[in-house]
Amino acid sequence: MLLPVKWLKEYVNIDVDTKKLADELTLSGSHVESIISLDRGIERVVVGRIEKIEKHENADKLLVVMVDVGDETIQVVTGADNFKVGDYVPVALVGAKLPKDLYIERTDFRGVESNGMLCSLAELGYEDSVIPKNQRDGIFILDKDYPLGTPIDEVLGLNGEIIELEITPNRPDCLSIIGMAREAAATFDKKLELPEVAVKDEVDDIKDYVEAVEVDEELCNRYYTRVIKDIKIKESPLWLQLRLMEAGMRPINNIVDITNYVMLELGQPLHAFDLDKLNNKRILVRRAKDGEKITTIDGQERALNNSNLLITDGESPIGIAGVMGGMDSEVTEETTTVLLESANFNGKSIRSTSKQLNLRTEASIRFEKGLDPNLCEIAAERACQLIEEINAGRVVKGCIDIYKNIKEEKTIKLRPERVNKLLGTKLSVEDMVDYLERLDLKTKVTERYLEVKIPTYRLDLNIEVDLIEEIGRIHGFHNIAAQPLVGVLTRGEKPYSSIIADKVGAILQGFGLNEVITYSFISPKSYDKIKIEADSHLRNYIKLMNPLGEDYSVMRTTLISNMLDLLSRNYNHGVKECYLYEIGNVFIPKELPLEQLPREEKVLVLGMYGQIDFYYLKEVVTALFEKLGIKDFEYVKEESNPTFHPNRTANILIKGNSIGVLGEIHMDVVENYDIDTRVYIAQLNFDALVEETNLDRKYKPLPKYPAILRDIAVVVDSDVMVGELEKVILENGEGLIENIELFDVYEGKQIESGKKSVAFSLTYRSSEKTLKDEEVNKVHERIIEELERRLDAKLRS
Amino acid sequence: MKDELIRIKEEAISDINGANRLDDLENVRIKYLGKKGKLTLILREMGKLPKEERPVVGRLANEVRQEIEKELSEGKDRFKERLKQERIEKEKIDISINKRTRKLGHSHPLLKTIRELENLFISMGFTVVEGPEIETVEYNFDALNTPENHPSRDLSDTFYITEDILLRTHTSPVQIRAMKAMEPPLRIISAGRTFRFDDVDDTHSPMFHQLEGLVVDENITMANLIDTINIFVKELFGDDMKTRFRPHYFPFTEPSAEVDVSCFSCKGKGCSVCDGTGWSMELLGCGMVHPKVLEVCGIDPEKYTGFAFGMGIDRITMVKYGIDNIRLLFENDNRFLEQF
Repeated sequence: MLLPVKWLKEYVNIDVDTKKLADELTLSGSHVESIISLDRGIERVVVGRIEKIEKHENADKLLVVMVDVGDETIQVVTGADNFKVGDYVPVALVGAKLPKDLYIERTDFRGVESNGMLCSLAELGYEDSVIPKNQRDGIFILDKDYPLGTPIDEVLGLNGEIIELEITPNRPDCLSIIGMAREAAATFDKKLELPEVAVKDEVDDIKDYVEAVEVDEELCNRYYTRVIKDIKIKESPLWLQLRLMEAGMRPINNIVDITNYVMLELGQPLHAFDLDKLNNKRILVRRAKDGEKITTIDGQERALNNSNLLITDGESPIGIAGVMGGMDSEVTEETTTVLLESANFNGKSIRSTSKQLNLRTEASIRFEKGLDPNLCEIAAERACQLIEEINAGRVVKGCIDIYKNIKEEKTIKLRPERVNKLLGTKLSVEDMVDYLERLDLKTKVTERYLEVKIPTYRLDLNIEVDLIEEIGRIHGFHNIAAQPLVGVLTRGEKPYSSIIADKVGAILQGFGLNEVITYSFISPKSYDKIKIEADSHLRNYIKLMNPLGEDYSVMRTTLISNMLDLLSRNYNHGVKECYLYEIGNVFIPKELPLEQLPREEKVLVLGMYGQIDFYYLKEVVTALFEKLGIKDFEYVKEESNPTFHPNRTANILIKGNSIGVLGEIHMDVVENYDIDTRVYIAQLNFDALVEETNLDRKYKPLPKYPAILRDIAVVVDSDVMVGELEKVILENGEGLIENIELFDVYEGKQIESGKKSVAFSLTYRSSEKTLKDEEVNKVHERIIEELERRLDAKLRS
Repeated sequence: MKDELIRIKEEAISDINGANRLDDLENVRIKYLGKKGKLTLILREMGKLPKEERPVVGRLANEVRQEIEKELSEGKDRFKERLKQERIEKEKIDISINKRTRKLGHSHPLLKTIRELENLFISMGFTVVEGPEIETVEYNFDALNTPENHPSRDLSDTFYITEDILLRTHTSPVQIRAMKAMEPPLRIISAGRTFRFDDVDDTHSPMFHQLEGLVVDENITMANLIDTINIFVKELFGDDMKTRFRPHYFPFTEPSAEVDVSCFSCKGKGCSVCDGTGWSMELLGCGMVHPKVLEVCGIDPEKYTGFAFGMGIDRITMVKYGIDNIRLLFENDNRFLEQF
């Protein structure tokens, strides 16, 4: 919200510089986001009067003008033509400085000298959004005969500042100059100086102009009307236009400008109808019929339904209540009689209508946030007073006010001890009363309470704690001395899974993997990209009702696609080696469509490409298990996971249950992600890992007795897995085999085709005694026999 | 014989000194002291000597033997020493070469920041808790006293799955969960993913991270809140950072405040980065837990009071590390991750 400081200071006498004003307002709750200086650094631009206008002899579109600027009359060439002799206009002299680094020099326009420039509002630094439409393309014509040579800064009030404020949604009463004046008065402990509102010269009787006003009581809390006749529509006086422009609004005509001025000043939106354009001398505020149409003042036809509130003349719609007036009843240059509406509508209804029509206006914003119905009268009277003051029309005597449920002031009881208890201060009752009274909250001190009367415009004050906040902010949060928390000395904790996650992270980082974070929502296309079957349970994903786009439209049930996205992006940015991991949630719905919250399962995913292979990934995962004390794990060949290479993938089991997969990604999938190298990914159920983690460690005595090493080399069919051989060896080791070390797998010359040679080094050791060669030989031979019997493995000669 | 012995000794010493290799020394030993060595042979002749001469000769023979052995030993040592030096010279390597087979991995800067904050709060007796990313409208808005018409409920602000289920827009629902699950005294911290309907640009992302804190006990005051915030601002940003508490509005706290920290560039003096104000953008929101929220969770607001605070971790991380674009946090380019 834009708050011109000069306007504010009309209602409260605060004699501090704007920076201090801004700082103090911020500290009492009205956050100043920026201070805009009205001084635009304009130099040598003065008031001039047009004396003579001639066509330029060499250019059709240019005029040569003689302008009297006080101490001289100068010649200026201009491309505009909206002025006449006798008009007073802003003239930039030679050497003038204008906004946007524009300097004025003596110039030659096709043989004619120009010693200055006539200025438009845009050239003087005004935003396009606030320049009156009829002034836009031409020179700015001043409204009065200002002394010639007066600096334009003085005439346009280009000094001082405008404060831009952030007003929180709970303080709609601050969305007005008066509202902020109140806040400033409370902040600086000054008195509010409100203008006296009175219409001096009323004529006739309103009953001759408006016969009846009826309203839907549910959606319209108050409807207050006044009539003004003998209207002369023209431009507002300059002071009024400048006020509006400084506050960010565009001047339109005197009547509309006054309604906007009062809206800015008091916060109450007003609307002016051309009374002569109404079909009847009546106002009926009712719900629209389904399909009823109205053309609003922006020229658009709008279709309404039963939930929208309409202003009608008893017959046809003349405006959408609280949002926008109708074009047919709009005030135009021909208007001579105006019906002024100052009303209060149900905020919820205005909000939903505004959203439905996609129409947000200054009026609808204010009604949405909530307005005090007691504001209607004073706003209308103020408008009438101003209309009279600027001679725009004559106010008709009387008003029609439909106000059934009068909003009364309420009283809140505040216990003084609660104030200090909540804030941690030591304020006296006098302090508290002082702060409350500064805010116009009249307080009566009784034995146990402070009884505080709440003005009807404070919609946000409802319970005791609301008043404690008021006291706190006027006292100033910065004036509350900080106090450390006191309490029982307890040890803070972290969830076990979080502790394990930290450990896992440390281990993986030790192996060179970088931690990543990816979005919880993914594209449904990802499932096709990683070749998930059409009937897979992974495709039972949760869909967002209003996603940002397809790429972020479903809640992920796997982390693999995000990992592939990252590896792909890194690969295509020229990163030669990439090792990444993520611990994150997947979302498993209990049923679809969702009726209760889904299960959120933690998953660990590792992804890599570079100078590594399947075995490196396996090494990392194995190291992880070992460090977490997970013992009973197994890798089993996995051929039927569609995302992975059928011959380079393992299913990971703990205690016989599958908890994850590890392998090289299928070439089709790798291609789908534009990666031109082998990619390895492991995805594990992290919750299961945490379950199986065992961080207990107990010392086991070191081996006492010496070991005996024996090698064994066998020739076996190529597709017999080393793991199977190892299993047989262990099973027949009679508990004496401390270690099996694979040291060679060989296929090629010297070996029959279709077969391979596998060589192990076995370490035999007993924990009870020193083994003798014969004992070991016996076991070793048994192993050789079993290998032959079970796996057709023959000793290599 | 005596002369013989002395001659043998001199010969042996001369041979030792003339040796070129370690093996040569061994040959010298064999030549003189071996089974058929010169000294050995001479000593065998000792039996032919008259009795009176034997002790003298014997002693001399011993001396000769010892001296030869000593020279041999010293010769061996000299050779070994030389071989060692040769080896040292030959084993020279270029220590300026860098061989990196594997680099260490890195924590993600956002998670690093979260962990640091968690550790700080744990040291102050806070317990870390987690909450679900997919929440109920009830916990995300209703229980937090958010009015029906609050703009944050709009489809233009919040991601919905059904009318009653959404992606949480802040970590505040965890307050509700904690208060419903535990009895005061409560000191909890919760960090996690949050979601708002925001297009991706340099400073916005539809998914971001927040950290929430909640303390509920008897006699908790706003003065405690101010102190707690000051402590962790100093921890995060250093001792010379100041805070400014501005009254603000949140539906679930009363009084509410937003906290600014001193401008990072000028530390509060005023500069072009902070438009001369001396303050950076707001760091977090906080306030005293609204009595209605306590009531919804079955906590008696007459007996207990509490404070809560919430902050955006993405922005704090970006400010802390000088990251100028939020997208970098989620693009996970390796060259970015390696910097932290």
